[in-house]
Amino acid sequence: MKNKFIFKIVCFLFIGNTILAQQTPAPKQSTDYSIEGATAHIGNGTIIENSLIMFSNGKIQFVGKAEMKIARIGTVIDGKNLHVYPGFIVANSTLGLGEIDAVKATIDDEETGTMLPHIRSLIAYNAESKVVESMRPNGVLMGQITPQGGVISGTSSIVQFDAWNWEDAAIKADAGIHLNWPKSLTRGRWWMGEDAGAKPNKEYSNEVEKLKTYLLDGQRYLASSKNPKNLPFEALNGLFNGSKKLFIAAEKAKEITDAIAFCNELGIKNIVLVFSNEAYKVANLIKENNIAVIVDKSHRTPDHNDDDFDLPYRNAQLLVEKGITVCIGDTGRMSARNLPFYAGTYAAYGLGKNEALKLITLNAAKILGIDDIVGSLEVGKLATLFISEGDALDMRTNKLTHAFIEGRKISLETHQTELSDRYSKKYGIK
Amino acid sequence: MKKTFSVVLLLLSCITYGQEYFPANTEVKVSSNNIVAFKNAKIYITPTTVVNNGILLIENGKIIASGTMVTIPKNAEVIDVSGKSIYPSFIDIYSNFGMEKPKREPQNFNNAQYDATRSGYYWNDHIRPETKGLDHFKFDDKLVSDYLKEGFGTVNTHFQDGIIRGNGVLIALNPNSNDSYRIIDTNSAQYLSFQKSSQSRQMYPNSLMGAMALIRQTYLDADWYAKGMTKNKDLSLEALNKNKNLPQIFEAGSKLNALRADKVGDEFAVQYVIVGGGDEYENIREIKNTNATFILPLNFRKAYDVSDPFLAADVDLSDLKKWNQEPYNPKVLNENGVPFVFTMHSLKSVSEFSKNLQKAIEVGLNKTAALEALTTVPAAILGKSHLIGSLKNGSYANFLITSGDLFDKNTIIYENWVQGKKNSINSMDIKDLTGSYDLKFNNSQLNLTITGKADKQTATLKKGEAKVASKFSFKDNWIYLQVKSEIDSTKYVQLSSRVQANSSDLSGNGIDEKGNTFNWEAKKSENDKEKITKEKPDKSQVVESFIPVTFPNVAFGFNEKPKQTELLIKNATVWTGENQGILKNTDILIKSGKIVQIGSNINGGKATIIDGTGKHLTAGIIDEHTHIGTDAVNEAGHNSTAEVSIEDVINPDDIKIYRNLAGGVTSAQILHGSANPIGGRSAIIKMKWGENATNLIYTNTPKFIKFALGENVKQSRSTNGTRFPQTRMGVEQLFIDYFQRAKEYDVLKKSGKPFRKDIELDILAEIINGERYISCHSYVQSEINMLMKVAEQFNFKINTFTHILEGYKVADKMKEHGVGASTFADWWAYKFEVVDAIPQNPSILHNVGVTVAINSDDAEMGRRLNQEAAKSIKYGNVSEIDALNFVTINPAKLLHIDHRVGSIKVGKDADVVLWSDHPLSVYAKAEKTIIEGVIYFDMEKDLELRTQVKEERNNLINLMLNEKSNGGETQSVRKKPEQDFHCDTVLHY
Repeated sequence: MKNKFIFKIVCFLFIGNTILAQQTPAPKQSTDYSIEGATAHIGNGTIIENSLIMFSNGKIQFVGKAEMKIARIGTVIDGKNLHVYPGFIVANSTLGLGEIDAVKATIDDEETGTMLPHIRSLIAYNAESKVVESMRPNGVLMGQITPQGGVISGTSSIVQFDAWNWEDAAIKADAGIHLNWPKSLTRGRWWMGEDAGAKPNKEYSNEVEKLKTYLLDGQRYLASSKNPKNLPFEALNGLFNGSKKLFIAAEKAKEITDAIAFCNELGIKNIVLVFSNEAYKVANLIKENNIAVIVDKSHRTPDHNDDDFDLPYRNAQLLVEKGITVCIGDTGRMSARNLPFYAGTYAAYGLGKNEALKLITLNAAKILGIDDIVGSLEVGKLATLFISEGDALDMRTNKLTHAFIEGRKISLETHQTELSDRYSKKYGIK
Repeated sequence: MKKTFSVVLLLLSCITYGQEYFPANTEVKVSSNNIVAFKNAKIYITPTTVVNNGILLIENGKIIASGTMVTIPKNAEVIDVSGKSIYPSFIDIYSNFGMEKPKREPQNFNNAQYDATRSGYYWNDHIRPETKGLDHFKFDDKLVSDYLKEGFGTVNTHFQDGIIRGNGVLIALNPNSNDSYRIIDTNSAQYLSFQKSSQSRQMYPNSLMGAMALIRQTYLDADWYAKGMTKNKDLSLEALNKNKNLPQIFEAGSKLNALRADKVGDEFAVQYVIVGGGDEYENIREIKNTNATFILPLNFRKAYDVSDPFLAADVDLSDLKKWNQEPYNPKVLNENGVPFVFTMHSLKSVSEFSKNLQKAIEVGLNKTAALEALTTVPAAILGKSHLIGSLKNGSYANFLITSGDLFDKNTIIYENWVQGKKNSINSMDIKDLTGSYDLKFNNSQLNLTITGKADKQTATLKKGEAKVASKFSFKDNWIYLQVKSEIDSTKYVQLSSRVQANSSDLSGNGIDEKGNTFNWEAKKSENDKEKITKEKPDKSQVVESFIPVTFPNVAFGFNEKPKQTELLIKNATVWTGENQGILKNTDILIKSGKIVQIGSNINGGKATIIDGTGKHLTAGIIDEHTHIGTDAVNEAGHNSTAEVSIEDVINPDDIKIYRNLAGGVTSAQILHGSANPIGGRSAIIKMKWGENATNLIYTNTPKFIKFALGENVKQSRSTNGTRFPQTRMGVEQLFIDYFQRAKEYDVLKKSGKPFRKDIELDILAEIINGERYISCHSYVQSEINMLMKVAEQFNFKINTFTHILEGYKVADKMKEHGVGASTFADWWAYKFEVVDAIPQNPSILHNVGVTVAINSDDAEMGRRLNQEAAKSIKYGNVSEIDALNFVTINPAKLLHIDHRVGSIKVGKDADVVLWSDHPLSVYAKAEKTIIEGVIYFDMEKDLELRTQVKEERNNLINLMLNEKSNGGETQSVRKKPEQDFHCDTVLHY
């Protein structure tokens, strides 16, 4: 059995190495670029028709109208009928932490244990993942790589998707701590003959209390001489002074309300709610506390049989209309390349295209604390952007012609396009 | 065993003579042959034959006379029961009274068990018709008193384990005797269910549809066995054949399962008596058409505790509604002429029975029907009307003596006689003291109010309006009353009184706080009794009216089923899916469910006009591969399960059907999963929300079956999989083996020689004969190639490869074979066999000339398949028309329904979708989804339904809050389990 298993791995490595390696990361920007005449979707809700965008040394030098009488730098790309977007950012992602969902050996997204703030996703991030590579032809160029296990899952980092290794990839290391808030409902163990329906969790208060004790212990530790060293508590550093964000996955309205009260009580100021499907029920509370929300993908089914069929589609709008800052997350790996289309659906159901675009650009950057360098097409920011033949939020028209990460012109080929080309050639089709 | 059996039968025949031949060594032998006469009673000889001032005569445990013209023999003991009523005591024919609990075989997590554990019996451990209830029976001396209290006198009890469970035992609930007398029949009925035996871990069947298939095959095999065609001994089949003429009682447990059980029964001319689920009212027409008698558990749900509004949101409207509707179920059945009986089965506590029965009466169940359901109907089901269920001569003396109308909530059951033996429930002598009394002692004048029933009577004491602390008890005709002293609050005044039968006043002796004795009396104020009941209205008297059933009876169900109308869609951009391509500013006329005209400026006559200006009209979307609307996905118990069918387990109430409509889907193939190489048969349905399961399925439906290859069928991720095959090499051999056997079977079948009918081989033979199509779950090129070669070896063609993610690697071979491809737009990397899956797969296959469809396999993706199709424009540069064809006419072709649906063409079914935008755009919304001219989804109607859901929820939540604040019992909220099914879903059923 074990031999078989090893054989499978060997097979996989064999296929991986001989046929198709990951695309070679692009070298540091050496040529300047000017994109002229495209519709520029800035990412902050505005659009510049017939725009001019210029970048060199990895940074955006100019964003304005093409009518502007200013010298074009470097290679000029004719952007007529094309669209320029800032690179899309997927929050709460496990990209690079797993390659093939069903093959355990390839999965590194959940550590064992319960309180794991010291677990760091960054060092397990596989910069050569073929799944990560497949993000780029859709405009998804950055992600928050997030561990998923335990109650406190660990610490996430933000990476860009064209790198030799994880150090290269890092945009912001160890950016936030991730907490899975206790569940207020629990399911019966149906395989033991119990009711499979969900009922109020009798342990809920206890679980919250345990969490509280843990964090208070951590707080006291950090204020102490820290001897002997406690690795998990060390990782909590920054949580209580607001320099590190706490990302709280809390789905239900009661859990969200409890989590907010909890953080206020403990003096945890910088929090973000994650996948809070019922956030719309307590939107005012969230707004009052000035908390941002990472919403789940719009392409999901409603949580309740009685919900409006389009409730998941309207989820972002319900929060944005209350003035809450929202971005989109997706823990699914293969699906994350659909990030623009999740935004497209949010656009169709109330948000409008410009507002929806913010969810995967500037808002995401703000929520992840990287809006000073990416998230919008603004002078001084990194030239992480792409050009699409049409509306990039619509699968019908999302077709990339160019993509740049920090000014580096990256390959839009993938393991998948190579296979496609190979077999198309075999059949003599285009 | 057989020996004991005949002895028991012998005993039965002697019952009226007593144990006459038993030796007596402890005393002189006495025989008891008392006659007891009950006179002056209102006697319900049957629910419809009622006599006043009647006489009931019993002797030796049986009734010898009943009625008014009865002469009481001189030697009879006479009991005067004037003012009281006598009813036949109740019968429960679905009981496990006295039965041992089936032993649970622990699960072996290392090795799944595929074979039977027994020999000499049927090949499947869950078929146990040879089980004799009596072997597992021991009279329960404790529980019997609870049953007697509820009014039951006889139960038909059986060992509740397995799919075919063997026979039941008819037992008189006579604690004053022994089994020699109590056993009425040891072979009273045969029981069946869809539940597996817990005594075996044999895996097959592990689905509802597998259980149905197994019952069918067992019947066929029993027939074959009866003809003497089997070489081996099979005690199960022997027993099944022997039990053939017994009443067949099937535990279904829900309306859908009732319809399923009845369907199986009908195929073999067996009419089951069906144990229902209490939700029969939801589909009363279909339930009536079963012609079955129903056995109804009376387990009405309690109100949910909805005091936390956030938690309350987790309870489905359908569950909230059931709280209101369930008590009406017997009434609805009765009014629709569906015969039924009651059972205590599935009650948490026996005492809930009378409470819930009362509730059913309060909401309008006819009392005679209720009594029949407890007496004559169950007796008739068992063919025992001459022995139980009535008070006619010759019947067992099983009867209740009550204070009045059995179904009046204030009525007391005094005695429950079983086989002529008295069981006292409430003493008949307990006087009803309820009323208001003026109590006088020493210098005190107090008001005493007594309420309650029988020995549960209690009292309160007042001085003027002020309550006086006191303690009251009433036992064995004595009243004791302790009154807190007014003088010394640490002491009591004690009063006692012997109740007198012929006086309504009370009087007696007392001892005051100082120890002095005195006499006291309390005069009853005559007109006060009424006042008391008026002051305290009983909340259970408040009957909530029935909240109407919707179609289906869940959120977003219709108040009335939408009707087929004539429709004229004007001035739309029409994607025909035919040679005409896209037609702008075009009108479409729909009549009698068909597209009758396509053109401009059509005069639609009386047709309803739908303005299509600025909108797009396409054929309804067709999903070649999904698992919505079903109660089972995989039958994983065998490597080949062609005998099972998804058609058996369609669940038309699944909200995902409505959500699919909202995504423009009108037809879909509901496929068996991919747990085994030869899976089950498909159901091809239209999304007719509100219709029953049968009406969802296509008429003259093409026949399909699911096959599967690769990781799932070789149990790659199973922790205990040991089933053949474990490799792709084995998969090929399995197919060849089965097809070879099917071929040989078919030859034999056609030869006219006798043959053992085998459902599985029948289905496989259909494939070889080109009558049934394969849709095969497939991933990697080697196995795709292999299956085509196997098919060619047996001279048929594979119809569709579904998933087919490496189809692009063998597109030329597929084209040559003539197989279609139904694939995902962009799924990959979720398992090892899809590392080379590419989103260009559909376009490459299409460009090579293979018919390509894009499917969902997923309830979420299913509702935006138009977007999935659009991805092929992005990844594979296909034209927009081709992309839309991937989810309309192409899947129609693959499913052989393209003569009816899939494009907009005169004469085809009017299955169309009106889109707000370009139908391949992420921004497009289905505004109207029409099937056969019926608007099943309409964005505006959807808004109305949302309001209705909100109002109904709010209304019910308020009723439940009311129930709770009135002291009613509640239960914790419960969120229904999520039902998101995929290919690899194995349901616990």
